[in-house]
Amino acid sequence: MLAYIVRRLWQIVPTMIGVILLIFFLFNVVGGDPAYLLAGKIANPEQIANIRKQLGIDEPYYVQLWIFFKQVVTFNFGASWSTNEAVSSIFATRLPASLMIGIPLIVIETIIAILIALSVAYVRGSLTDRAVMVTCTVAQSISILVYIIVFQYVLAYKFGWFPVQGWGNGIFENLFKYATLPVLIALAVSLAPNIRLYRTFLLDEMNQDYVRTARAKGLTENRVMLVHVLRNSAIPIITNLMIQLPGLLVGLFLIERFFSIPGIGREVILSVERSDFPVIKAITVYVALATMLANLAADLMYKAVDPRVELK
Amino acid sequence: MNTAVMNPSIGIERSPGLWSLAWKRLMADKIAVFSVIVVILFVLLALASFFGIVAKGWNNETAVNYAPPTWFKDSHKPSADLSGKQPTTSGPALDTGLAKPEFVNDRDPLRDTINELKGQLGQSTGSGAVDEIKIVDPLADVIAELKKKLGRKGDEIGSGETVKKLDSLPFGADKWGRDVLDKVIKGTETSLLVGFAAAIIATLIGTVLGAFAGYFGGKIDDALNWFYSIFSSIPYILLVLAIAAVLNKKGVFTVVLILGLTGWSNIFRVVRAEYLKHKGRDYVRAANAIGASNMRRMFVHIFPNISHVVLVQLSIYVVLFIKSEVILSYLGFGVGVDTVSWGSMLNEAQNELILGYWWQLGAATLFMAVLVTAFSLFTDSLRDALDPKLK
Repeated sequence: MLAYIVRRLWQIVPTMIGVILLIFFLFNVVGGDPAYLLAGKIANPEQIANIRKQLGIDEPYYVQLWIFFKQVVTFNFGASWSTNEAVSSIFATRLPASLMIGIPLIVIETIIAILIALSVAYVRGSLTDRAVMVTCTVAQSISILVYIIVFQYVLAYKFGWFPVQGWGNGIFENLFKYATLPVLIALAVSLAPNIRLYRTFLLDEMNQDYVRTARAKGLTENRVMLVHVLRNSAIPIITNLMIQLPGLLVGLFLIERFFSIPGIGREVILSVERSDFPVIKAITVYVALATMLANLAADLMYKAVDPRVELK
Repeated sequence: MNTAVMNPSIGIERSPGLWSLAWKRLMADKIAVFSVIVVILFVLLALASFFGIVAKGWNNETAVNYAPPTWFKDSHKPSADLSGKQPTTSGPALDTGLAKPEFVNDRDPLRDTINELKGQLGQSTGSGAVDEIKIVDPLADVIAELKKKLGRKGDEIGSGETVKKLDSLPFGADKWGRDVLDKVIKGTETSLLVGFAAAIIATLIGTVLGAFAGYFGGKIDDALNWFYSIFSSIPYILLVLAIAAVLNKKGVFTVVLILGLTGWSNIFRVVRAEYLKHKGRDYVRAANAIGASNMRRMFVHIFPNISHVVLVQLSIYVVLFIKSEVILSYLGFGVGVDTVSWGSMLNEAQNELILGYWWQLGAATLFMAVLVTAFSLFTDSLRDALDPKLK
């Protein structure tokens, strides 16, 4: 087990190097010279040379790459180009807000999606099943932007049930006041694709022989569905869940932007708008790392759910 | 050899191929037929807009700003014809407002305030349009002189408007008085163009790389897999935004490039797995035996046998990219101001909604939802038709 984890962690290294190379290529080679951008409109050559020196982009590429590599390893990306806030402090202060939306979302969403998927898979082919599937398809086709605009306008602005936007200091204040509507909207958006997906996973299992056996033994339908079928569909469901996890950090960027929630996703948009390269670089690299770790965690969880799985 | 088998005189009927079977299955599926028709209608609409048959004048101010949608009332005519009152003017051109002080806009929330102010001004300075303008515009005298020199009648000059504006349109008008129906049609063109172009680029890259990785295996497979793992470990939308930040350039072409270059990883995985499965099969070994080159075996022999997988993936991509383009354009990283996208329409609509002008939001949402729903249903049916084992 430990050997497996170590080996898998070791396998992350080449991919991580690749990610660093890709980001470096994008921002330092393709991205070109940001000095003009930062110096403003009335910059003299001296200032520009100064800025270049400050940013270290007057060095040859291999030196820049080495600097970037060191930054990744030491978690020290320097300061943001536009606000001069340390990138590490940006991470530390923006992460809680993102998590406060993301964690309730993924918990509630998974429970609801599995419950609905179970009930429609059980009555597969019926009118209910088809109605739910059509609703999901239509719901999926409406842009997330529309959900946000309409929900924010109707529920927060017109009815005043929720604050239109904002973020507080206390955990409970944020969780129950400011995060409620964003989570609700994110739920509306992400439930539809997940119900469809989970339904397919469950249907795959419901056709298996062991389900017939379980019924033949005289088990109750509840037991067949909730214990036998659900447990066997756990692997694809967990995979899907773990794939979604790192995306949550940045995937809620639209919601964070609309509701002025100081999270990582909003920071991504802001830094793209301001051409704030260090912040985007740092976020991309670490989210990629988080994705790889989440994949590893998913593989380890397979073993916990299904003892037959062998970790190779 | 083939001809002998297919010769009906021997009494063996040619069995229907994958495509004709799939076509039959597709046509038997009512939802599929319906969604195909809807998609074709949208494509025709986009083509008509592309060749300038419809929505050519989407950027013209054809109506009063924020003209409401009206379907049944006969009010698609200039208001002057209906009520005989002075045609209302508006629009982005600043000089129109100055030249026509009798600016009337029933939907203007500040109307009362303006009227009140006008009343006060009238008391203190004595009425008269020119005087009123003078207060705001120091150049009013010069303009009045110019008007005289040009020798035309007062009102019609400054405005530069010869076309009378409409009071309402089927889908209403936007901030600048542009026809929302025209805009939403133009947006359809943008969406389908970006969706298909980016999907084709992504599919080409993914298929070629996947074919090489799966077919050759070994070092090439390792290298390409490494490349794939890099792209798949960065969340898709983050990669898109990062590249948008680097390119820092707007336009349809940029969007196509961004989406096409980042989206290939899904199809790479699928195609690679298919090539792994197929490369050891008898027909490929037979092709090898008759001296077909690697390239020929990969793309002439194997590819037709996996093309259904590619087609389904292509269809999935179109939907994904249409949705992504809308988000990019909404954020202002997408198409430029010289063209319309549903995303940029949503961006405008967001502020209009608070003022009560819901029609631009409604139009963009409706068109996008119908197209994407139809395309998704079509994709589902296509997958079912091409792979009957999946259900």
